[in-house]
Amino acid sequence: MSDVMIEAQGLTKRYDGIAAIENVSMQVRRGEVLGFLGPNGAGKSTTMKILTCFTSPTEGTAKVNGCDITTDSLGVRRSLGYLPESTALYTDMLVLEYLEFAAEMRGLAGGDVRKRLKAVVEETGLGDVIAKQIRALSKGYKQRVGLAQALIHEPPILILDEPMSGLDPNQAVEIRDLIKNIGRERTVILSTHNLAEVQVACNRVLIISKGRIVADDTPDGLRDRAGKSRCVVTVQKHQDESFAKLVEATWKSLPSVERARLIEDEDGELTYEIIPRGNEDVRPVLFKTAVDKGYTLLGLSREGQNLEQVFRELTTGPVAANSGSTKAAA
Amino acid sequence: MQRTLTIAKREFRGYFNSPSAYIVICLFLLMMGFFFWNPFFLVNRASVRSMYDLMAILLLPTAPALTMGLLAEEKRTGTIEILLTMPVRDPEVIIGKYLASLGLLCVLLLCTLAYPLSVSTRGHLDWGPVFAGYFALLLQGGAMLALGVLASSWTDNQLIAFFTSGIICFAFWVISRFLPFIPQGIASIVEWLSFDYHFQDIVRGVLDSRHVIYFLTVIGFSLALAFRSLESRRWS
Repeated sequence: MSDVMIEAQGLTKRYDGIAAIENVSMQVRRGEVLGFLGPNGAGKSTTMKILTCFTSPTEGTAKVNGCDITTDSLGVRRSLGYLPESTALYTDMLVLEYLEFAAEMRGLAGGDVRKRLKAVVEETGLGDVIAKQIRALSKGYKQRVGLAQALIHEPPILILDEPMSGLDPNQAVEIRDLIKNIGRERTVILSTHNLAEVQVACNRVLIISKGRIVADDTPDGLRDRAGKSRCVVTVQKHQDESFAKLVEATWKSLPSVERARLIEDEDGELTYEIIPRGNEDVRPVLFKTAVDKGYTLLGLSREGQNLEQVFRELTTGPVAANSGSTKAAA
Repeated sequence: MQRTLTIAKREFRGYFNSPSAYIVICLFLLMMGFFFWNPFFLVNRASVRSMYDLMAILLLPTAPALTMGLLAEEKRTGTIEILLTMPVRDPEVIIGKYLASLGLLCVLLLCTLAYPLSVSTRGHLDWGPVFAGYFALLLQGGAMLALGVLASSWTDNQLIAFFTSGIICFAFWVISRFLPFIPQGIASIVEWLSFDYHFQDIVRGVLDSRHVIYFLTVIGFSLALAFRSLESRRWS
């Protein structure tokens, strides 16, 4: 078996003729933590349900750990642990009972059950709640139980559908770190619509929009590809009405600047967004120009376009003017 | 096989993790006590013959109550997603759940053994017919539970599952009462399809294999349909 743990080809799923995903192909290699990113309803869960053999594709095939999802669904399911979006657990059971049930269903027996139970309880930090009823647990702990059942049989592949949604920021960070740890030894696919999570937890990102894959890259690569770092420069406004236009024209006239536009005009401050032609840092040029022209420089900063903007561009088309919430810090 | 038993064990325990099993058993026994002892002393005979008909009727709402949640509730809460992405075949899931409900039926029937036992202290009781009666109840109850599992596989609403299986079971039971109104030609077929025709024969001690096969067929057919219904999620 090669290093390719998951290979999907041309997966299409139609519900009543309407495609939830269309022609989705991907490869996930051993040891990758793949972030599956997309707006709600883009087809993330559908893809995951197909890969976990909960549902079948209308067209296309996929192999998970070398097993075909249609002809060897049991083999596929043996190789993976799955945490569905709902994290629905049997709430009337104790945590311990539930994990024992999961272990038995996974074919563990006798001493192995105890050994693995101990290991996952430690790994997911469930020690304190092991004798509690699942219904009494907080959302964060329920999520841990969900992860624990997915890990109990030491699967080489983990598929986690929105593992961090609905958690408070502290819980989300805890779960994220947990997943990061888990991902050291395993292949993980996790879906999310939260970009910060992807940036921290994943080493590859797949963006899906309207059922199609629109980008496949590393978080850094994605940023580089779609986002040249931009500068935000703020100068003091003059009484002169045409001043704003004049300054904009000045920026545009610089050879190293590709685009420049006024993005904010208030409190006597003019803020411009400057997109450089290459990837070079244009701040020195901007500073010198401002000094030469006698502008009073109030702020000058450079920022890489963050994933959020990339995401929006890829999933909704170009970012609308002034939509960025990235006001320059002086 | 191992997984079938694991599922059965979990479901069976699940009955007792919530008050549902206790409520169903208590209600069943209360109703039975009420309807059994009233006429018993009027007849004044050490017989529990009337008990089986009574229990067959009481099972009409009881069996659907035991099975309504088995699949419907899993679908509603979403727990079915983890269950069906474990390495388990769909039929194993269906059979496991069915076995759990069958287990609870056995508990229920064991509780009612108090009746023949107490009757036997009042006079001589012939245990042969008693076992025949319980055998008939187990078969008919088993068929009703299988129909209940089927109804539960059709919906994600427990109440709908309850009424659907209740109506189907009632139809199978009541149909023999309508025989006089049914044209001769098909009357025998309808009679053969009804629960009661087979049930009464077994209770009377006629242990014909055809009766056993009838109930086993209903059970097998229902569970097979439930399996198809569960499987259909893949293609919808």
